[in-house]
Amino acid sequence: MADFKHIQKPEIVEIETDFLAIGGGMAACGAVYEACRWAKGKKIRITMVDKAAADRSGAVAMGLSAINTYLGEKKPEDYVKMVRGDLMGITREDLVYDLGRHVDDSVHLFEDWGLPVWKTDDEGKGHDGSYKGKKLRDGGKPVRSGPWQIMINGESYKVIVAEAAKKALEENRQETGVEQNLFERVFIVKLLMDDKEENRIAGAVGFSVRENKVYIFRANAVLTVAGGCVNVFKTRSTGEGQGRAWFPVWNAGSTYAMMTQVGAELTMMENRFVPARFKDGYGPVGAWFLLFKAKATNSLGEDYCVTHFEAAKKLYGKWAERLGTCIRNHMMMEDMKLGKGPILMNTHTALQKLAETMTPKEIKHLEAEAWEDFLDMTIAQAGVWAANNIEPEKTPSEIMPSEPYLLGSHAGCAGLWVSGPEDFGPKEWCWGYNRMTTVKGLFTAGDGVGASGHKFSSGSHAEGRIAGKSMVSWILDNAGYKPSVAASADDLAYEVYRPLENFAQHKNYTTAEDINPNYIKPNMFQMRLQKIMDEYVGGISTWYMTSKTMLEAGLKHLEKLKEDSVKLGAADLHELLRAWENYHRLWAAEAHARHIHFREETRYPGYYYRGDFLALNDQDWRCFVNSKYDPKTGKWDVFKREYKQIIPD
Amino acid sequence: MPSFVISDKCDGCKGRDKTACMYICPHNLMKLDKERMKAFNQEPEQCWECYNCVKICPQQAIEVRGYADFVPLGAAVLPLRGSDSIMWTVKFRNGSIKRFKFPIRTTPEGSIDLWAGMPEADLKNIKNPGFYTHQGSGVKLPVPGKQ
Repeated sequence: MADFKHIQKPEIVEIETDFLAIGGGMAACGAVYEACRWAKGKKIRITMVDKAAADRSGAVAMGLSAINTYLGEKKPEDYVKMVRGDLMGITREDLVYDLGRHVDDSVHLFEDWGLPVWKTDDEGKGHDGSYKGKKLRDGGKPVRSGPWQIMINGESYKVIVAEAAKKALEENRQETGVEQNLFERVFIVKLLMDDKEENRIAGAVGFSVRENKVYIFRANAVLTVAGGCVNVFKTRSTGEGQGRAWFPVWNAGSTYAMMTQVGAELTMMENRFVPARFKDGYGPVGAWFLLFKAKATNSLGEDYCVTHFEAAKKLYGKWAERLGTCIRNHMMMEDMKLGKGPILMNTHTALQKLAETMTPKEIKHLEAEAWEDFLDMTIAQAGVWAANNIEPEKTPSEIMPSEPYLLGSHAGCAGLWVSGPEDFGPKEWCWGYNRMTTVKGLFTAGDGVGASGHKFSSGSHAEGRIAGKSMVSWILDNAGYKPSVAASADDLAYEVYRPLENFAQHKNYTTAEDINPNYIKPNMFQMRLQKIMDEYVGGISTWYMTSKTMLEAGLKHLEKLKEDSVKLGAADLHELLRAWENYHRLWAAEAHARHIHFREETRYPGYYYRGDFLALNDQDWRCFVNSKYDPKTGKWDVFKREYKQIIPD
Repeated sequence: MPSFVISDKCDGCKGRDKTACMYICPHNLMKLDKERMKAFNQEPEQCWECYNCVKICPQQAIEVRGYADFVPLGAAVLPLRGSDSIMWTVKFRNGSIKRFKFPIRTTPEGSIDLWAGMPEADLKNIKNPGFYTHQGSGVKLPVPGKQ
């Protein structure tokens, strides 16, 4: 019931569009860029809604020091093999291959637009992005820090990508004559289904985090690309340092939550990512391992990937032999549990070895490269080193496994079950529109697409472009569609603003606003969620260990938290943002727990363990675990889907 | 490392169309106190330390103090972002200083020519694989097992 008794009713802004992108990160920017080109001359209205400012939103907001997916001379087949190996044998190989054959085009655009890319000259020497050599698209050779990674000077990476997206949007705005098609600081909280057509998206609702306005968008096709999920588990740093998550702290699981709620099918939500990074600052280790050839050991100088290898093979079979990310984590944790820590990244020996054959000028440049790795993408880590007087050429640094994160773009594969490419792959994996979910007209990309990790920044942009093009095709095929939403605008606005109403109604009952039996504030809601997830669903407190009985107890606590979510209380628009973010986190968390509960094996040692099924079991579980929430009955259905190998071993 | 605003330097971006730090923060942390006309970080425990507020502040009024729950006092990391490069000053707790300069962009800001040298999208091919760039230039994408 729309009854604004205690707060002022917000202004309700209703927008009709054709193409709605929810999010403003790499995938959203890629989607609107590609879609604007295909839509040219067709008067298709393209709209992007970002809860932040597109110049610095999403996972690339701070910058990056490398692009982790650039194939160059390599084949998509080899990319599939790498992704399959790292994700322990279960990936949608159609999606991975499709991404691999598209991704380089986005990297070439980034360079055209002004992203400085490191180059190798004819003598084989590497240079940073200020070097004036041939572009990648003209045969220029990148500096590879690993088989798939290339080095960049990426401080302004997102600013550059956003500039292209914003220009494309402006071109579309002028062609279609709409007043506005880029909405910043508008947070979409809920997707809206069509009330006349079964299982069909019709739009979304959200609010301005700066003004007293609720936005209702109606659209023909909707792209939900709002990132992964961070701060869903208790964090290792629980004071100010809680914000220093490895993945961006603003990734609130909105992608998973909103699409789950409308009944879209999820896949591999049991997967998570636990990166081993420099302790506390969570600075990147990739360049140290791959570019500088540093070795990580325990504090006795032993290589845990050697000492624990045979034991790992017994439990995890052939997947352990590939030494994927989770297996290396697992062996590191074995040493930590034996008290052989701290685990050290031996930066000093690596740099000293490299310096042996270098001139003083080259050594100085090497030192700058090492610092730039942090300054481009995890500035906090530079601060941690400076505050501890750490000079990497003289002393090693501690590394540590972080709290778990849910994501589909990095070395993880949680997300939505989507339609694959039309020109190859199993028929049952393609229902006509590439990257469309099982809800008609609802698309996703980047962190949203499950069972296909290792996309990273470039892959998320490319996958956004694949989805964007596909959405234009959908819009052209469904040109006569008129969205119809059952709920009234007033009812939607009331639902969005309910935490403000809860707070306003009850705040004067007690003498301290934060302590009130009638509502729960967003920060304590988050603490409660994190504590449940940490203790029952395999967080840091249990060394990532859980089991059927633990999960079932945890799910009961999550159920009560969900009941209490109607009592979230927000004092202002900023807290309303946090209230909805944490509500989304709760849904992502529940999906994660239900999937882990269903998969009766330990597929990802080093990320999480099922204490009751400690081994990996290819016989019964080399398959996808998928799930669907039914919005009509409120029931979850979790089930297996067959894995199909497309690329031979 | 939560960002903090130096009182004497912040002018609340008065005279500008928007408060720069408030505009840019990806997590909606920076807020303008309209009475004092000074910005502040309203939720330091949610700060990712992305430095976007530090980089954008026209008064250089914003810096970062290490997360109090694990960073010893006394260090500072300070950027100065120009149009084509960024200068970093890293001050150690023991007083030593390192300076670095890195390129950030090879083209002027705002200069991106979206479709320069690029083909038109060919709508006949919208159901076929490939971006408009592939389609328009006749590039055929590979298919597994068929190269």
